[in-house]
Amino acid sequence: MKKVRMPLEKTTRREILIGALAGGLVATVGLEPARSTPETMRAAIRKVVGSAQVRKGRVDLDVPPLVENGNTVSLAITVDSPMTKTDYVKAIHVFNEKNPQPNVISAHLGPRAGKAKFATRFRLADTQMVTAIAEMSDGSFWSASADLIVTMAACVETL
Amino acid sequence: MARPLINVPAKVKRGEPFEIKTLISHIMETGFRFTTTGQRIPRDIITYFSCSYNGEEVFSADLYPAVSANPFLTFYTTATDSGTLEFKWIGDNGFSESATVPVTVE
Repeated sequence: MKKVRMPLEKTTRREILIGALAGGLVATVGLEPARSTPETMRAAIRKVVGSAQVRKGRVDLDVPPLVENGNTVSLAITVDSPMTKTDYVKAIHVFNEKNPQPNVISAHLGPRAGKAKFATRFRLADTQMVTAIAEMSDGSFWSASADLIVTMAACVETL
Repeated sequence: MARPLINVPAKVKRGEPFEIKTLISHIMETGFRFTTTGQRIPRDIITYFSCSYNGEEVFSADLYPAVSANPFLTFYTTATDSGTLEFKWIGDNGFSESATVPVTVE
């Protein structure tokens, strides 16, 4: 009896450990963007995703690493999605850390979009991190972040 | 006044996604700037953009002050039938602009 129970106990203990570790990883990595971000951005992201978990990946955020003029920064976002009637991107939200407001743009897509891709130009007031979050039709959220160095900031000039 | 520029391929293939580029002239005043006399310049931005294809919405966006002046948007839609693309911009101070572009599907 003992010989049979011992390995069984061992596996359960290991499973519990692995489960606890995985849970810890999800809690630290999954919930928030990888780095500590200003509170307003985190609150804005919370407002959009609610209690859902935000995972890294599937989103490609194409921004220049060095920005000469913060008034027009090109931004292109591509999300890895088949864009079919049952599996598509519902929305793409873009957030920033240090502008006066955390929101940049929220794009709403659907199965008719064909490609989960859009581009625009936005403003940056300071060197900071920008985060894009994609909301999928199955309710999952995926994100990507990028650091941008801004030499001439927007929003500072007086008239 | 605010004449939009819209770029759509002249002919598109059925079932294939195609790119739509839009540009509209607008100041996109953030509301965070001040004049030399210290007065805040009131916010004047476009807050909403939408694109419909034969009456069905295919793309829309909520714009915030962080979007650059003269908002430029590029996005995609799948060609289904020949028809019209309708574009709409809505903003502060009653700003409203719309445009239609015909699409020919082969």
